[in-house]
This record gives sequence, structure tokens and C-alpha cells, in this order.
Amino acid sequence: MQNIYLTIVFAPLVGAVIAGLFGVGRRVAHTVTIAGVGISFALSAYAFYKLVFAGGEVFNETLYTWAVAGNVKLEVGFLVDSLTALMMVVVTFVSWMVHFYTIGYMRDDPGYQRFFSYISLFTFSMLMLVMSNNFLQLFFGWEAVGLVSYLLIGFWFTRETAIYANLKAFLVNRVGDFGFLLGIAAILMFFDSLNYTEVFAQVDVHKDTTMQIISGYDWSVMTVICILLFIGAMGKSAQVPLHVWLPDSMEGPTPISALIHAATMVTAGIFMVARMSPLFELSEVALSFVLVIGAITALFMGFLGLVQNDIKRVVAYSTLSQLGYMTVALGASAYAAGIFHLMTHAFFKALLFLGAGSVIIAMHHEQDMRKMGGLWKYMPITYITALIGSLALIGFPGFAGFFSKDAIIEAVHHADRAGATFAYYAVLFGVFITALYSFRMFFLVFHGKERMDEHTRSHLHEPSAVVTWPLIMLAIPSVFIGGLTIEALLYGEYFQNAIFVTPEHNFFNPADYHGVWGFVVHALGQPPVWLAGAGFGTAYYLYMSNTELPGRIKDKLEWLHGILVDKYGFDRFNEWFFAGGSRGIGSFLWQQGDAKIIDGGLVNGSAKTVNWFSGVIRHMQTGLLYHYAFSMILGLALLLGIFVLW
Amino acid sequence: MTLIELNMLMPEIILLSMASLILIIDAFLPDDLRDLTYQLSQGTLIGVGLVIFSTYPQQTELALHGMFVTDPMGATLKLFIVGIVFFTFLYSRSYLKERNFFKGEYFTLGLFATLGMLIMVSAHNMLVIYLGLELLSLSLYAMVAMHRDSQSATEAAMKYFVLGAIASGILLYGMSMLYGMTGTLDLNELSQSLSTLDEYHTALVFGLVFIVVGLAFKLGAVPFHMWVPDVYQGSPTSVTLFISSAPKLAAFAMVMRLLVDGMGHLHSDWQDMLILLSILSMAIGNIVAISQTNIKRMLAYSTISHVGFLLLGILTADKAGYAASMFYVVSYALMTLGGFGMILLLSRAGFEAENISDYKGLNERNSWFAFIMLILMLSMMGVPPMLGFWAKFSVVMQLINSGMLWLAIVAVLFAVIGAFYYLRIIWMMYFEKPEETAPIEDTMDMRVAVSANGLLVLGLGLMPHTLMTICLSAFSLV
Repeated sequence: MQNIYLTIVFAPLVGAVIAGLFGVGRRVAHTVTIAGVGISFALSAYAFYKLVFAGGEVFNETLYTWAVAGNVKLEVGFLVDSLTALMMVVVTFVSWMVHFYTIGYMRDDPGYQRFFSYISLFTFSMLMLVMSNNFLQLFFGWEAVGLVSYLLIGFWFTRETAIYANLKAFLVNRVGDFGFLLGIAAILMFFDSLNYTEVFAQVDVHKDTTMQIISGYDWSVMTVICILLFIGAMGKSAQVPLHVWLPDSMEGPTPISALIHAATMVTAGIFMVARMSPLFELSEVALSFVLVIGAITALFMGFLGLVQNDIKRVVAYSTLSQLGYMTVALGASAYAAGIFHLMTHAFFKALLFLGAGSVIIAMHHEQDMRKMGGLWKYMPITYITALIGSLALIGFPGFAGFFSKDAIIEAVHHADRAGATFAYYAVLFGVFITALYSFRMFFLVFHGKERMDEHTRSHLHEPSAVVTWPLIMLAIPSVFIGGLTIEALLYGEYFQNAIFVTPEHNFFNPADYHGVWGFVVHALGQPPVWLAGAGFGTAYYLYMSNTELPGRIKDKLEWLHGILVDKYGFDRFNEWFFAGGSRGIGSFLWQQGDAKIIDGGLVNGSAKTVNWFSGVIRHMQTGLLYHYAFSMILGLALLLGIFVLW
Repeated sequence: MTLIELNMLMPEIILLSMASLILIIDAFLPDDLRDLTYQLSQGTLIGVGLVIFSTYPQQTELALHGMFVTDPMGATLKLFIVGIVFFTFLYSRSYLKERNFFKGEYFTLGLFATLGMLIMVSAHNMLVIYLGLELLSLSLYAMVAMHRDSQSATEAAMKYFVLGAIASGILLYGMSMLYGMTGTLDLNELSQSLSTLDEYHTALVFGLVFIVVGLAFKLGAVPFHMWVPDVYQGSPTSVTLFISSAPKLAAFAMVMRLLVDGMGHLHSDWQDMLILLSILSMAIGNIVAISQTNIKRMLAYSTISHVGFLLLGILTADKAGYAASMFYVVSYALMTLGGFGMILLLSRAGFEAENISDYKGLNERNSWFAFIMLILMLSMMGVPPMLGFWAKFSVVMQLINSGMLWLAIVAVLFAVIGAFYYLRIIWMMYFEKPEETAPIEDTMDMRVAVSANGLLVLGLGLMPHTLMTICLSAFSLV
């Protein structure tokens, strides 16, 4: 198995290296990378099969020891259990689909090979992240996916906005990573190990340990560690207030928005918290924190989706909101539900993004929905798949998103933890918002008046098969994956060895489960479905039948619209406070500290002093013999004075 | 006096005989055969070197009723002295020729000065030390003054002579005080009787101060350094080269003989004096060198600062420190030889190449010699992997080992300040446009010798253990 896992990880890397470093042609570039990721997917599926259905052993071994310093071992190793296997399959499958899709989307781009190299490199990094058996490698993968994300957001590096966006993503992620790194350091400090198994084995030892960050106040070590780790997750998984980079990341090409900024990388934080469930379970405070942050993200980021006109940005805010749902699940100790939603979301959100990309291709890279409309008759495949994706997203009964989202809402409903009530109403109302912005987008793009110009209209057509085929491939799991896996993932023993939930926190009791249809029928009587329906209805009324109304509402509620368009002012605040503040401090330190004190005072000052001194002493060398003789006598007198008389 | 004892004096005897012989031959040589003087002198040096090498002593042996000593340290220093004088003569020949100045006196005086140095190294009696010192000094005074038409040379000789006479007087005064206290001139006996005279400590220190002043003058340590810049600048460059290199080895030996062999008992007193002299030398030398425009004068101040470093090893008053100092003085002699050799190489009749601005754009004129100069400057600065780095490194290491961390820090700080003026030359060589554009012309032996000199500084820096082993074995530490 070891060789299989190594191949899974390194096949994409080899592809990335060949495509990126050897100056190969377009055809070779996409062939090797698709082959690499294809191998990876096939083997991941095989490993998944072996582990889940053929009763394979959990693989947990260190393969390479990089360095040993005292008790600290820096190692590379794999931990492949049911959680990892699931992630591997999702990552490689979505990545593979995106690779195909890219052939069509990037057809005319001069950076074709570079793009393939990057996305394969991303696949490698993501696999390293999810397959790691220790915190160091986790951090490596974490940073590596961040790097690739940075490179891909700024893929079109001549665009001012793209450079701004990737720098922003980079900086915001530094904040998160800082917390993450501190968390890892704290783990190393208290557990004296970086290996998951070794750390989890001694969690009970530190259950009640406290530490003093500010002297006089005792903090639970577990709470500190978990919150620090979660700050890392907030950066990567774009939770309020570290979410600001994700909407801007849409500056990157659409395939990576689908792969990295919707399906996989941004869910790394969710995955990480689920992986660390033995730690998080010990800190009620940290879980409440997670719960509240997730709920805020889920609801308030959804609102922002309502006022966006850029098709990709609507999907981006939807992603933020859905990440909030996953985080809420984590906070409610329903890690399995979080991962379940992660998986279903990966499929339908990748589908929505790729659908949006397909529309963008057809519209000649026009992304403003106000210039679309009535596209359904020009591009039927995109239309149907986008409808499937939207239904999955809003949680239409029977579709993938329905099961996962409902499970989360149910779990939060039954959680008794500080913040749970707020979280419940947030995610509940979020369902309405989700349906509203999803179908607002759907109607604006595919129905209604055709608002594009004549030239564009005459060229509208379905993109080639490399674009539509991945849509279809992703549409299938978007419909079925939820119903197929809910029993195993939530009520079965699938995550038994991978995720740890304290029994009193566990909501998903197998006894409560009565089959898929039972779940659906039960849900029909619950508020989420009705709220989703209401959202759909509202969207239909506002954007199909009474299209004047949205404008009038906007005029009436100008202040509210202003707040939403302003994205609650996060960007403005960051721009003013953090960016401006840093620049201010930087320029103050540069001018006052560096230029004046260090350069002017210490460096040039000491040089000037020495120089001045040199000039003065130089004049003592008068050239007059009796001065010299006098100096010798003086020296003699000095020595006598000091050493004899003193 | 047995024949074996005579054997120990063989290098000095040969040198004396040959110097006298060459003096006579030279008097009868027509000017166009002057090369013979040069060749005979060089042959003599080679011969003396071989004799020293073949009679290399394994332990300390006394001769002539304890007035003369041979030991590994002495023999090693003598070998370096003879070798460095050899190179000095080699560098000087074309310089003297170009200036119609190719007289036998330079070489005969040089040989007598060398004899004086050898005697200083081997002297084991205060009077013999003084004898060697005077033989060296008188020869040097005459050499400085040799260029009779040059006003600056005459002035320099005058200053050197007067100040040297004062210093000699002070040294003699100190010796006489010690003689008065102990009744002996022999270093061994001096050393023994000093340990019995603790109640007269003040009087002994009084004498010690005079001796230290005399030594400090010879080394050129601040505040007895005033002669150094004037003499270095005023003398013909070939003489400056002579003064600045080999005599420092002899002066080191003299310090070792007098302070360590003779007055080791008073080490805690001379230690403090040397600390003071060392700090002053490093400070004044490095700081004043910065504002110099004449490279000979700059190198004079650089010498002063190197003397400060040299003293650092001695003042640890332990064998490893002495070895480090010896390493330092040998390295210094090799570097300064190369530095002045480069000035000689670049100069020609009517152009002395002694202004720092004359080095502008040297890289454009001749990149090879610019590179050699680069090595020499970096080495003087103390940049790895040059020889000068290991020299500074070993004395600073010994300081730290002796618990004088603060002094080590002071030394390194001044070395950093000193880096400036070496770097300025490098900067001028590589980043400025040349003001002087005439091609560099010199004889082949000169070019080869200067190149070899520079590469030796680099090579020894890459393999510092070779020279270090020699220095350690001189103090029986290996």
C-alpha cells in the first residue's frame, strides 16, 4: 500500500514538474498532468475501496525522517483512514474534472502549460495536506496550497486587480497561518510531539492543564490550542473576519475558482478541525467560538450574495456561506456532518463554478449578470447542469446538498452549547437566503430578457465537450451522492476511527435513522424545506414576474443596500486600519527609525564621528620633531603615572 | 668556548663575513657591474637561510656564557627574517635601478641590518639585545637617509634618528635600572633574581616602564608611534618596505626575550601596560588611517593598528598567546611585504604610485594585479579565507580563552572601523575610472614575486594550519 500512496501523491507532482519546468508543448502539458491526476484518482478510488469495502487496515506510517532535534522529530508520513480516503477521492476527482475543463477554458491563454503545472502542483499539495500523519507535514501542505492559490489568483499577473487580489489573499492567510503555527507550537510545547497519534494519545493528560498568557489569568491549554488552530482554519476556510480574500480571489481563472476556492483548498480548514476532533472535543469554549464564527459567516455572507452582479462573485459568496455551514457543524460537534457537507458541496459547487465558467466562455468573458439573460435556449447542457447544481445548493429534497445541510441544521438544533440558538436561527434563515440568491442568479442568467448585445448573442453556443463533459460528470454526484452516503457517513461507523465525538455531544444516533426516504419525508415537514421553497418563490417573483420590484426595494432601502455593497465595510476597514496602519508604521519606522536613527545616527553618525575624530588626531601629527619627542615623554610619564605612582 | 657553540652562531658569523666582504667588493665595482652586489647579497641570504634551517635547534641552548641563545622560536623567526629580506631586496632592485639609485649601500646596509635582527632574536643578555638593536637601527637610519637629494628622506632620517636615540636612551635607562636592582644583565639570572625582589616591586616596575617604552617605540605602538608615518612616507619606498617588514619580527623577538624570558615574573604589570598600548594603537592606527590620502602613510597607520593586535597575543602571557602573536607578526610581515611590493610594482621613475587615488581603476589597467591587491587588502582587513583573518582570529581566540572578552570585543570593533580604509582602496580599484593610464611595466621576476606573495597570503589562508603548526611548534605546543 505504501507504494500506492506514494504514487498517489507524487504522480501529480511529476506531471506538474514536466508541464512546468521542461518547456513542453500544450498537448504534452495537458496530457501529462491529466494522466498524473488520473492515476492519482484511480489509485485513490482503489485505496478507498480497499479501506472501506475490503476491510483494509488504516495506514499510519512514517516514511522519511527529515531531521531529529532532541525529542522533536521532523518527519514525512501518511495517515490514511476513512476521513483521509474520502478527502483523497473528492480532491482527485474534482481536480481531474477541472483538468479536463481547463483544456477548453484556457484554450487561447498563453500561460496554458503554466496553468496545468500549477493545478497539478496544487493537487500534490492538497494530497500532502490531507494524507499527513503529523503537524509539520500538515503545515507544509497548508502552506503549499496557499502558495499555489497565490500563484493562481495572480495567474493573469499583468492585471492590476489580480495582483491586488493575490497579495490580499496572501496577507490575510498570513494572519491565519500565524495562529495556526502558534497552535502547532503550543502542541509541540505541551505534547512534545508533532505526530497525530502520539498527540491524540495524550490529550487526556492535558485536559485540565492551564497556562498563563497574561499573568494572573489561567487559560485552559486545550482552549488556547484549539482556538489558535481554528484561527488557521479561519484564514484558509475564509471565515469572518478573515474571509475578505475569497471574493477577490475570483480574479483567478474560473477552473481554479472551482477547484481551489470552492471545492478543495478552502475546505482544508474544515478537514483540519475534523482531524483534530479529539482536541476540539475537550474545549467547550473553542467549540462555541467555532460555532458562532461559522454561524455569522453562514448568514451574513449569504446576504452579500444578494447584491452582487458578477456571476462568479455570487458563487463566491455562496461558497463563503456554505463554508460557514460546515464550520457550524464542527462547532456543534457534528464533524461528520461537516465533512459530509464538505463532500457534497465540493461536487455541486465545483459544478456551479464550472457552469459559471461555461457561461463566461459563451459570453466572451463577460461576467456581469445584468448583461445576460435567456441563455437557456443557447446552451442547454449548461442550463440543466446549473439547475441541478442550484437545486443541490439550496437543498432541494433528494439532492446531495439537501441531506448534508439538513443534517447540519438538525444537529445545531439539538446542540446545547453557548451560541447554539443563535447558530440555529442563522443557518435556518440562511436557507432562505441561499435559495434566494441562487435562483436570483439562475433566473438572471438563464431566463428573462436577453440583455446582451447583438454581437455576443450571435456567437452564443454551448462550449466544446471538454467543458460540458465535466459538468455532466459533476452533476451526477451532485444529485446522488448525498442519498447514497448519508447512512454510512452520519449514522454508520464510517468515521468511527477517524473522528472522535464525546458520546454526550453525539447527535447522530443510528436508532433515529429510518432510511433515505424516511429522512426525506421527515424533512418535508421541517422549516428548512419550506424556507428553501420560499426563497425560490421570492426569487421567481422578483426576477421573473415583477422585475421592477428589486429596483424599487433598492431605492427604498438604500442604506441597507449600501451596507451590503460595501460588504459590511470589512474591506474598507482593513484597507484603512491594517494596510494603512502597517504602511504608516512602516513609513514611520523607515523615516524616523531607519533613516534618521539607524542610518543617520548610528551608521553614518558613527562613521562621521570616526571621520571627524580621524581628522582631529591627524592634526596631532604636526611633523615637528619636538612635538614627537614631547609625545614620547608624555607617553612615558603617562605609563609611569599609571603603573608606578598609582 | 667550544666549537659546538661556534656552530650555533654560524648564521651570524657567515652573515657578518659576507656583509663585510660584499662591502669591500662593492667599493671596487664599477657601476655597470652593480648587479653582482645584488646577486652576492641574495646568495648570502640564501646561504644563511640554509644554515639556519640545517641547524634548526630542537630545544633551547645557550652559548657564549649565556649571552646567546638558540631555540625553535628564534630559528623560525630568523628564517622568516632572512626570507623576507630576500624578497625585500628582490622588490627593491628595479625600483632602485629606475631611479639611478642602484647603489651597493642599500644591500650592504640591509645585510648589516639583518645581522642586527638576527642578533636581537638570539640575544640572551640585555647588552647584546641592545647591541643588535643599535646595529639594526643605525643601518636603518642610514638607509632612510640614503636618498641624499630628497628633502623628505633627509627629514625622515633626521626624525627617525633623533627619536630613535631618545628611545634607545630610555631603553638603556630601564636596563640600567634593572641592572642596578639585580646586578645582572643575563636574562636567566635576571628572571631568577626578580622573583626574590618582591619588596622592591615599585622600583622594578619603574625600570619595566622604561623598557616597555623602548620596545613600544621599536614596534611603533601608540603613543610612541609618531615616527612611523613620517618615516614610512618620507623614505624611498624600497626602504619603507625594508623597515616595515622584517624588523617587526625582530622587535617581536625582542619583546619575547625581554618581557617573557627576562621579566616573566612581572607579567601582571607589563600585561596592563600592553593592554593600554594595544588599545591606543588599534584606536589611533585605525581611526587616523581613514583620513590619509597617501597610501604609504595609510599603511603606516595600518601597521600601528596591526601592532596593537600583535600585542594582544603577547599580553595574554601564555604560550598559546605567544604563538598566536607570532602567527600574527609573520602574517603581517607577509601582507605588508605584498602591499609595499605592489606600490613598488606600480611605481616607476617620476611616478611613485603613493597616492590612494593612483589606485583608481586598477582593475581596468591590470585586472590580475588588482586581484592580488584585493587579496592583500582583504587579508589586512581580516576577511576569511585570507591569512589575515586567521591571524586576527587566533589572537582574538586567545584573548577570549584568557578571559579577556571585553578586550576581544574592543579589538574586533576597531578591526571593523579599520575595514573602511582597506575597502576604500578596493572600491577605487574596481569602481572608479583610472586617472593614470600608463601601462604597468616591471621586470618579470618582480611580477612573479608579487603575484606569488599575494597568492601565498591566499594559500596560507586556505591552509592556515601549516603556518599555525610552525608557530605552535616554536613554543613546543605541538
